[in-house]
Amino acid sequence: MSNDTLTPAPTAAAPRAAPAMPDGHSMTVRDLHAHYGDTHAIKGVSMGYAANQVTAMIGPSGCGKSTLLRCLNRMHEEIPGARAEGTVLLDETDIYARGIDVVAVRRAIGMVFQRANPFPTMSVFDNVAAGLRLNGVKGVDLHERVEVSLRGAGLWDEVKDRLGRPGIGLSGGQQQRLCIARAIAVRPRVVLMDEPCSALDPIATLKVEELIAALKRDFTIVIVTHNMQQAARVSDTTAFFYLGELVEHAPTDAIFSNPGDPRTEEYVTGKFG
Amino acid sequence: MSAALDALAPVAGRRRLTDRAMRALLWAGTLVALVPLVLVLWFLLQKGLGALSVDFFTTDPTGNFLGDPGGVRSAILGTLEIVALASAIGIPIGVGVALYLVEYGGQRWFAQAVRYFVDVMTGVPSIVFGLFVYIVLVVSGIGGSFAGWKGSVALALLMLPVVTRSAEVVLALVPDHLREAALALGAPRWKVILRIVLPTALPGLVTASLLAVARAMGETAPLLFTSAIVMGRSWDLGGRMNSLPVQIYNDVSSPNDQIVARAWGAALTLVALILLITLVARFIARRSRLA
Ligand SMILES: Nc1ncnc2c1ncn2[C@@H]1O[C@H](COP(=O)(O)OP(=O)(O)OP(=O)(O)O)[C@@H](O)[C@H]1O
Ligand SMILES: [Mg+2]
Repeated sequence: MSNDTLTPAPTAAAPRAAPAMPDGHSMTVRDLHAHYGDTHAIKGVSMGYAANQVTAMIGPSGCGKSTLLRCLNRMHEEIPGARAEGTVLLDETDIYARGIDVVAVRRAIGMVFQRANPFPTMSVFDNVAAGLRLNGVKGVDLHERVEVSLRGAGLWDEVKDRLGRPGIGLSGGQQQRLCIARAIAVRPRVVLMDEPCSALDPIATLKVEELIAALKRDFTIVIVTHNMQQAARVSDTTAFFYLGELVEHAPTDAIFSNPGDPRTEEYVTGKFG
Repeated sequence: MSAALDALAPVAGRRRLTDRAMRALLWAGTLVALVPLVLVLWFLLQKGLGALSVDFFTTDPTGNFLGDPGGVRSAILGTLEIVALASAIGIPIGVGVALYLVEYGGQRWFAQAVRYFVDVMTGVPSIVFGLFVYIVLVVSGIGGSFAGWKGSVALALLMLPVVTRSAEVVLALVPDHLREAALALGAPRWKVILRIVLPTALPGLVTASLLAVARAMGETAPLLFTSAIVMGRSWDLGGRMNSLPVQIYNDVSSPNDQIVARAWGAALTLVALILLITLVARFIARRSRLA
């Protein structure tokens, strides 16, 4: 593999993402209901996700955070028997409207999962390029896009000499950042993350958190987390869910210092959950 | 030794005895199971090795009852050709059905019905497939009477349920989170299957296919009614064709000792071929990432 055409690595240690987009993209949820067969998991949630901000979703286990997140890029309906009703807007477009192509929705709204899941048959390079190849995107300099994405994920310096090696040969934290690189390589507008650090050690977690802070210049980010400190560190606004309902959504400082609802206060102070 | 340990000693003694008895029983069982296997191999080698020679592999059976009976070249070539065509038919269809079952069918009633029929097909004796093809393709005279390709069809029918069942298991082993990751990247379902699921499952699919090939290779009955035996060599799958199992079947009932010896040689050759394929299958299975 030749790197001749690529720009030399900058000396700055801080991860640099692709050039910031002119204007960000927001999402709006209106009266969303989600079901698994007979289980009513999301009971009429309405909220917004501001452009180029990190929105954290917290709440006790089983309150529907993952379900809501998966509704935001229509991955929810991939589960047999699962369905969702309501309105989810990406900017002005209802992604649940008739005639909307699910595939296009998922290209615009990327996802990072709890467990790092690089494709086991693919090299580091191919993993990052996978989204573009699977989408049949033409006319893109793959090498450049892969490098930019890996830099964006703060992984380039660690893997630049082994782009041809299997992606599953990396450490857990590196694999998760590889998955982030894979997600941002298709240039989505929004990146959804479901407990992206829960399988990582503190140092790897710190790296991913720094990464999230850097990524929000280019993407709108929604993150589900169980870790209150993490929500406090990375997010601009925080939404607290309980039993499938949104209890409150406010700037992160307010949620942690001056919550409006007693249930939120109990949860963030660790009294239940 | 403390008093507590002394008190435990009798129990431990009885347990050790039970353990020893169970071990002996299992050993004996294993030995009994191994005896016929070893005997089969022993007879094969003892009787078959003598028949092997360069001529055995390089000449066709002459069909003469007296004088030089010839070798088994046409039988080996026939088996390879017929099984190759059978694989070309049976493996893609089998993998295709398995893909439907895993990726689209799920627990739907139609998928469950397909699973049930595949199970029934697994239990159908091979002679029935032979008869079926005999009636549908040979008696009806489609493309002449007996033909190598009709034998392939019968073997493909036999392979189909075996391939489907094991491919289904292998495909189900591909973790769902990989499919989700690809779908979340905005890949259409068919591309996820083609570019993620199949490559990930490939080593297992190859193993499953090879085991089905090995199974089909030794079948006599489906070929007896469909390809029939000709002594000379033929490359033409459209005409009558020789094959190892049918050759063995014919030779072993001959009153001529030389021809019976040829049957043993052919049997040894067939077993060696099947063993080779099984070994390759195991080798690939061991390198699989999913096991
Ligand atoms: N595949 C599924 N089938 C049926 N019910 C499900 C499924 N996934 C989730 N549920 C149910 O939907 C509700 C919400 O689940 P969800 O996974 O969204 O919770 P969560 O907030 O992400 O929890 P956690 O913090 O444990 O990840 C729960 O009651 C759960 O039992
Ligand atoms: Mg969850």
